Amino acid sequence: MSERASPLLTSILCIGIAILYLPMLVLIAYSFNASALVSVWGGFSTSWYATLAHNDQILDAAKLSLQIGVAVSTGSVILGTLAAISLVRFKAFRTRLLLTGMVNAPLVMPEIITGITQLLLFVSMLHLFGWPHRGFTTIVIAHIAFCTAYVTVTVQSRLQSADRSLEEAAMDLGAGPVRAFVDTTLPLIAPALASSWLLSFTLSLDDLVISSFVSGPGASTLPMVIFSKVKLGVSPDINALASLIICVVGVCVLTAGYLMRRTERQRLIDAQMAER
Amino acid sequence: MIDAERGPRTGEWLKRHGKWLIILPPLLFLLVFFLIPFAFALVISFADTAVRIPPFTDIISVGADWHVNMTLNLGNFKYLFTDEVYGLSYLYSIKTAFFSTLICLAIGYPMAYAIARTSKSTQSILLLVIILPFWTSFLLRVYALEGIIRETGLLNTALLWLGVIHQPLQIMRTNLAVYIGIIYSYLPFMVLPLFATLEKLDHSLLEAAADLGSPPWRSFIDVTLPMSMPGIIAGSMLVFIPAIGEFVIPTLLGGPDNLMIGRVLWDEFFGNRDWPVASAVAIVFLVLLVGPIALYQHYSTKQLET
Repeated sequence: MSERASPLLTSILCIGIAILYLPMLVLIAYSFNASALVSVWGGFSTSWYATLAHNDQILDAAKLSLQIGVAVSTGSVILGTLAAISLVRFKAFRTRLLLTGMVNAPLVMPEIITGITQLLLFVSMLHLFGWPHRGFTTIVIAHIAFCTAYVTVTVQSRLQSADRSLEEAAMDLGAGPVRAFVDTTLPLIAPALASSWLLSFTLSLDDLVISSFVSGPGASTLPMVIFSKVKLGVSPDINALASLIICVVGVCVLTAGYLMRRTERQRLIDAQMAER
Repeated sequence: MIDAERGPRTGEWLKRHGKWLIILPPLLFLLVFFLIPFAFALVISFADTAVRIPPFTDIISVGADWHVNMTLNLGNFKYLFTDEVYGLSYLYSIKTAFFSTLICLAIGYPMAYAIARTSKSTQSILLLVIILPFWTSFLLRVYALEGIIRETGLLNTALLWLGVIHQPLQIMRTNLAVYIGIIYSYLPFMVLPLFATLEKLDHSLLEAAADLGSPPWRSFIDVTLPMSMPGIIAGSMLVFIPAIGEFVIPTLLGGPDNLMIGRVLWDEFFGNRDWPVASAVAIVFLVLLVGPIALYQHYSTKQLET
């Protein structure tokens, strides 16, 4: 569908986008405010960023969040890719419906419910088996459970559009199914894997509610530290921290988007070449 | 000899059952860490609070003579229905989520429609612009919103300067702030599925309607609106379901007496440390969500198929 949009529609679109971005832009602008008073502009300064570098609580939380993020995105890319292959390649198997449901449900389940139920599981498991202790491990497991869903959806759509003829050719030439997949289809879906790794990383880095439930004493992630400070109101050093996180997330998402678009374009070029 | 026999046999076994090596890891992981936890919550919702770790009684106990005893305590559910706080907060959460969803739809539909009408290259840029906040932390976006709507924030400053108002508006810590927060945070969730259906809309149908003398508004109601129904439902559910359970927005923007169910649950859990009652609240909440989630699943798969 493409016909020129009316001026009314275009202006609603512009206002909508402005509303989405204005608060974040104001936040970033105020993170460079020299004044400690959040409502008065006291000139340009990067001092709030410098104070962050000396705040041990925030540095520790950032380190923990980054470690969790790396473990979570690696784990969920592996599990999510396996789930996507299962759903796309194996048309009929028992438990298919179960897997589809469990892959889609975390996308809409309110976080607070997921968080409570997972905490109850971990507490009961600890009571019964003496494992896992609440902290790094439980946060990673809980995050993987919902990030896997996002990875599966992303990889699934890429896998569906991937051309299987190369893989079949490899198998005709005597390669086993695993070898054929790794040599032909895996490179095709690699950008989707990279972008879902980045998206899982941002999801994990951002999560507050689930982490708060499944975390234990001594394991505070960055959003948990921010939340405890933000409850008290707007403060300039949190403005600086929030701006930094928004930039990291922005870079991750833009890179993920770029990777997806580039492969899409490459696929179109390949298709055109094949037609000649 | 034996080795030579085993070779093809393992090959055969792999060929027949090898797919389970791929299916089982994600299946088992999600089963244990996503689905089974709900069973635990259900069981614990029938337990009693106890002063110990974990802070609830055992449902199933094994007696000295290996008699298995099961004690179901319905008190938590009875408590939910007698203490009116819970009923009120379910109703209030549903009401808030419902009206926020309607407003999101009213703003999101024209946005998605306008994006669908631009050229392909503009579309991908605009989509990226919508997706970026979709992935940005809720916590940070809600916090950023506070900078706009608080008493000395941008909105009040601008309105005072323009002379529209003479006293700063008190928006923070009111229900209005919760509405603004939900609409602002969930708008991208509405726009994306709507765009996905509007983009696929067959333009020749609209032309046919116009050729037959239908005015544009009529074609919109007769053609565009029904054709985009899967997107409307999917987008609305993507806003409605998480908005009911929203915790961050009412905590940071709402007043102290705000009754969103997410907040009540959180307090029950961390404040009162009454885990069985909190589990019961969560189970009832989940039952309320079964309908909307099924609706979403139905329409989102329908959308994928077309």
